[in-house]
Amino acid sequence: MALPSASLLAQSILSGLFIGALYGLLGLGLSLSWGLLRQINLAHFALAFLGAYLCYQLSSVGGMDPLATMLVIVPGFFGIGVALQWVFSRFRISPFNSLLVTFGLTVIIESVIQSLWTADFRRLNSSYGDITFRIGALYVPLPELLTLVLSLVMSLAIWATLRHTDLGRAMRAAAQDGGIATAFGVNQKGLALLLSGVCAALAGVAGVCIALSYTLAPAQIYAWIGVVFAAVMLGGLGRALGPLIAGIVIGVSESITMAITAPSWAPLVSFSLLIVVLLVRPGKV
Amino acid sequence: MNRIVRQFAAGVAVLASVFAFCTAAAWGAAGDPPIRIGSTLALTGPLAATALVHQLTGEIYVEQLNRRGGLLGRPVEWIVKDDQSKPELARTLYEQLITVDKVELLLGPYATGAILSAMGVAQRYNKMLVHHTFGIPNLAKYDAQFPTWSLGPDPATTFPNTLFDALASTSKPPKSIAIVTSKFPSVHFMSLGAREVAKKRGLSEVIFLEWEFGNRDFGPIAARIKDANPDVLWVGAIGLEGNQLLDAMKKIDYAPKFHFYMYPAPGPMVQATEAKNALAATIFEQDPPFTSNPGAAEFVKIFNERAAKAGLPYTGVETQAAASYSAWQVLEAAVTATKSLDDKVLADWLRKNRVDTVQGKLRFDGPNNYGDDLMRVKQVQNGRWVTVWPKAYAAPGAALVLP
Repeated sequence: MALPSASLLAQSILSGLFIGALYGLLGLGLSLSWGLLRQINLAHFALAFLGAYLCYQLSSVGGMDPLATMLVIVPGFFGIGVALQWVFSRFRISPFNSLLVTFGLTVIIESVIQSLWTADFRRLNSSYGDITFRIGALYVPLPELLTLVLSLVMSLAIWATLRHTDLGRAMRAAAQDGGIATAFGVNQKGLALLLSGVCAALAGVAGVCIALSYTLAPAQIYAWIGVVFAAVMLGGLGRALGPLIAGIVIGVSESITMAITAPSWAPLVSFSLLIVVLLVRPGKV
Repeated sequence: MNRIVRQFAAGVAVLASVFAFCTAAAWGAAGDPPIRIGSTLALTGPLAATALVHQLTGEIYVEQLNRRGGLLGRPVEWIVKDDQSKPELARTLYEQLITVDKVELLLGPYATGAILSAMGVAQRYNKMLVHHTFGIPNLAKYDAQFPTWSLGPDPATTFPNTLFDALASTSKPPKSIAIVTSKFPSVHFMSLGAREVAKKRGLSEVIFLEWEFGNRDFGPIAARIKDANPDVLWVGAIGLEGNQLLDAMKKIDYAPKFHFYMYPAPGPMVQATEAKNALAATIFEQDPPFTSNPGAAEFVKIFNERAAKAGLPYTGVETQAAASYSAWQVLEAAVTATKSLDDKVLADWLRKNRVDTVQGKLRFDGPNNYGDDLMRVKQVQNGRWVTVWPKAYAAPGAALVLP
């Protein structure tokens, strides 16, 4: 096995960093809803792709700047998230049942996407896609860089909110013991609605990032589930920075694997890491 | 007087009976039950984008067929079920088509896995199966299956030779090759075949890489290709994988020299600027000489219109639509020639006869009922696919463009 050149290795690590950031961004909303709302929300992936298609539509047909589509998508998805939480709360859906319900919702959203945009591939052609920066021997594509920046900003903002604000403390308290939190005056229902809205809005942001970098097809909703779940579990449920860090670890590990050995080994990385962490630090996952 | 009345009444009764008989016969003919042709397609799931092309093609063909009077004077009804891109579901649905829907004839589903499932069911019930998109000929063991995607019995040898002949004919014949491939079965074996053929033809292999189907990050693969910088890049890609790799190469400012993609998604690839001069395999493009084949020009016209109406981003007829249309042509030819719906009679006839289709004459008398390898080489030129090799099949004025 020949060793890769330094530039190949560095470019591969950069590539892993970028895809890891997307794992992290997709995982952030999932982790918050799983950890703080006790909902395993599979529909998060479908919402992200719905966001990607909306970005495509608003940008390709409506002529909007792809990043500006977030001004429409984020509030809209916040509303969807609130409505979803209201339904979950109204029908007292348990964590396990939430998995089934959101899987059903995923299938419905996939069908809606297919009926609106057909099953054929769609690609957003934006001016961002043609911009690549060069740093020495390294190439840094703008869409991936934007994903990394957005992922960092969102993760840090939510981490800071959860850790340093009364709102965040109330959310963590409600997740830890809803009854006691309510006794201390925390509006558990309101917080749950807010958090669910934020999670769905995060899916919308991830969707815009997907639309900027990837060709879209409805069935691709499912292609991300395994690795993002691994990132969420490795990063810890309900933790804001966890999915990003775990996502980057997975992404970079996959990329180094692809640069050094056969690329077909790469998919083993995420789950091997998960198994190793489960064996070594079972309480941390 | 009574006798006259009785004779008159009898006459009227006879005339009325004759009239009634004729009318009934006429109604009977008009009301003949349709011939039911059953198939599944991946209308949802990961293969749905391509299956849409087959759905559209089938609808067009059945309409045309019924306008011509159907089959054996009976209208044709196509029962198509959604196998959700799942071979195991295709198996169940083909059972259902035969035992519950009681279809007279079968047509294959889309893609190798589902066709293999349908083939097993067809064999169990001794039904003939004409199919359009089976990618691995040596797995097609059932003697009453008939492929209309004209790969030939050994495409892993014949097609790479066709491609390398094309490249060798240029003023800059390649000396080194990189073979990178998805492990998706119907492209993987072709890439392994290309490896062997390249070796025999003296091309030096600078890199060989495999990835799992569904790979998301093509950055490191692109970086390794750039490092190797081959004269020709063989990409064993199916669907979007070709675009994903092209995109990753563009991001690191690398444009490959000769670059070939096995089965790319035709629309996205032709629309990508970085796909300039990309090569791919084809059995049909909507240019002469293909459009001179029976039914081709009319089909192209209707398909272009319908695809645009259906909102498909790529409205051209190429391999998928042509293979699909050919399957219907083969089915019609066999029924019309034998005047039978008996699967054994139809299969016997197909094994002995050639059928004119939009992609050319198909024969089914080779190993596993495969005939000639009719795959050609096409290239992205000025934002459209054009056939460039063999020269006899090149689009008017088109020639292989050098990197």
